[in-house]
Amino acid sequence: MSNVPADLKYTRTHEWVRDLKDGTVEIGITDHAQHALGDLVFVEVPEVGRQLGAGEPCAVVESVKAASDVYSPIAGEVTANNAELGTTPELINQDAFGSGWLMRLKPANAAVLSELMSPNEYQDVLKAEGA
Amino acid sequence: MAFIPHTEKDVADMLAAIGVQNIEQLFEEIPANLRVKSLSGVPTALTEMEIGRLMLTRAKADGLPLNFIGAGAYEHHIPAAVWAITTRGEFYSAYTPYQAEASQGTLQLLYEYQTMIASLTGLQVSNASLYDGASAIAEASLMAVRANRKSKSLRILVPTTVNPYYRKVATATAGNQGLRFEEVPYSPTEGRTLVDALAKYEGQDITALVIQQPNFFGVLEDVDALTDWARSRGIFVIASVNPTSLAMLKPPGEWGSGGVDIAVGEGQPLGVPLSSGGPYFGFITTRMEHVRQMPGRIVGRTLDLNGKPGFTLTLQAREQHIRRAKATSNICTNQGLLVTAATIYMSLMGPQGLERVAASSHARTRELITALARVKGVRTAFNTPCFHEAVVLLDRPVAPILKSLEARGILGGLNLAEHYPELGNALLVCATETKTAEDIESYAKALSETLKAAKAA
Repeated sequence: MSNVPADLKYTRTHEWVRDLKDGTVEIGITDHAQHALGDLVFVEVPEVGRQLGAGEPCAVVESVKAASDVYSPIAGEVTANNAELGTTPELINQDAFGSGWLMRLKPANAAVLSELMSPNEYQDVLKAEGA
Repeated sequence: MAFIPHTEKDVADMLAAIGVQNIEQLFEEIPANLRVKSLSGVPTALTEMEIGRLMLTRAKADGLPLNFIGAGAYEHHIPAAVWAITTRGEFYSAYTPYQAEASQGTLQLLYEYQTMIASLTGLQVSNASLYDGASAIAEASLMAVRANRKSKSLRILVPTTVNPYYRKVATATAGNQGLRFEEVPYSPTEGRTLVDALAKYEGQDITALVIQQPNFFGVLEDVDALTDWARSRGIFVIASVNPTSLAMLKPPGEWGSGGVDIAVGEGQPLGVPLSSGGPYFGFITTRMEHVRQMPGRIVGRTLDLNGKPGFTLTLQAREQHIRRAKATSNICTNQGLLVTAATIYMSLMGPQGLERVAASSHARTRELITALARVKGVRTAFNTPCFHEAVVLLDRPVAPILKSLEARGILGGLNLAEHYPELGNALLVCATETKTAEDIESYAKALSETLKAAKAA
């Protein structure tokens, strides 16, 4: 069973969202996603200031066997990106929910946060996918 | 590897296995109006004997003219060893193999090709080739749109001095993907693009600037000034260069204070015969920081399980078999055979050999220009340094003069009337190391006589 922290929100496409309680949220890919991708060799993060729509492709994670888009769970403006990933993409493999974060976002509408999946709902998605 | 075509029974078995009546049914989802009904322009098959006869007849019709046309494809001496080695069974294939790593020899050759092309252009990384110099500009422009993340405009500045056929192909290939190619006019006295002509774009969002060196007129652009103008404004620079010229001229990686972002070009001068316009091959190189946005296959060197050096396809996550619709390009194979010839050509010539070809072509062209300018009714168009090509102006329309020269076995150059009518009776001429002093003299003599005869008529 994958690690699914209880204090985060999730998406069906395996992103997680952490409410930083300062009007911004932190976003990354889940431990399940990094495990499925394998060793990451390259990560492309969005530029600060970019306006993202919900579901818009905003980052690329490339492993030794595949490259995938990461979709922004909610609409908002990018306020920070994890520049560390440029030289150490393996941070995502090592700590997907912590130092492997991708970007921080100022949500266009903070209310939609509650519409994202709860840890339990995300666990069900993983179960359905046979993880 | 055996090549065994499907028998009718194989086809029937496969269709039965997937429950389809006939092959036609597999294409049903393509709308009828997009389907080609018949290929009426394609003649029926000929036997090897018949096609051999036909091609001999056609080749004879070409004769063996004395050729002074360049304009993107150049007649250079190709040492006999180049194609003798290229056509050996070990090399004789147009493709990178699908089980790439099983073909270490092919991969090593491509790796060496990449190393030579990267070194020639002064940039860090090359792919395994593109289709030709024209489509290479389209691929480089699409790459610039992906890599230049500061620019959102998809606007590419392309000077009028860039090969007009390249500009046409770039628009046809990338125009429908939203890219806009905007022409930058040249100085009519110098035949090159001045930085002043770029002033009107000051403060605008421009994705990339293409610079061709030498330009279509054979003239040397002020590449340092143009490169610095663009890069200091966050505009990518795409160099389109003649590989032979790089043995004499500064490589794109050293243009201006920081070098260009992407270099492309037509590889034909490196050991590929003119052969009626193709097949040729294109090349593309870039800085390591942009490698993930580069299209095409890349061969890397690595160590195997036992620690022995070997070759492998690398950075494949850019490619369509992994990234599907989001791949950097649909170019998945390359002009393998032409690249093989070019690699062997470069190995045989070495840096000194290539330098001699470049220096000799430059010297011959200067002799040609001097000889032609002495002819009454001929003058040079631009008083600007050139490489192995230049524009001369005649005192009457070019087309009939070229026709008369052709009747005397001389291809006198490219008539610029179609693409550059503003230049008047302009003729683009080229001489490479293949032309002797006598060849140049006989061209000047023939031109003089032809012009005299035309005047008398």
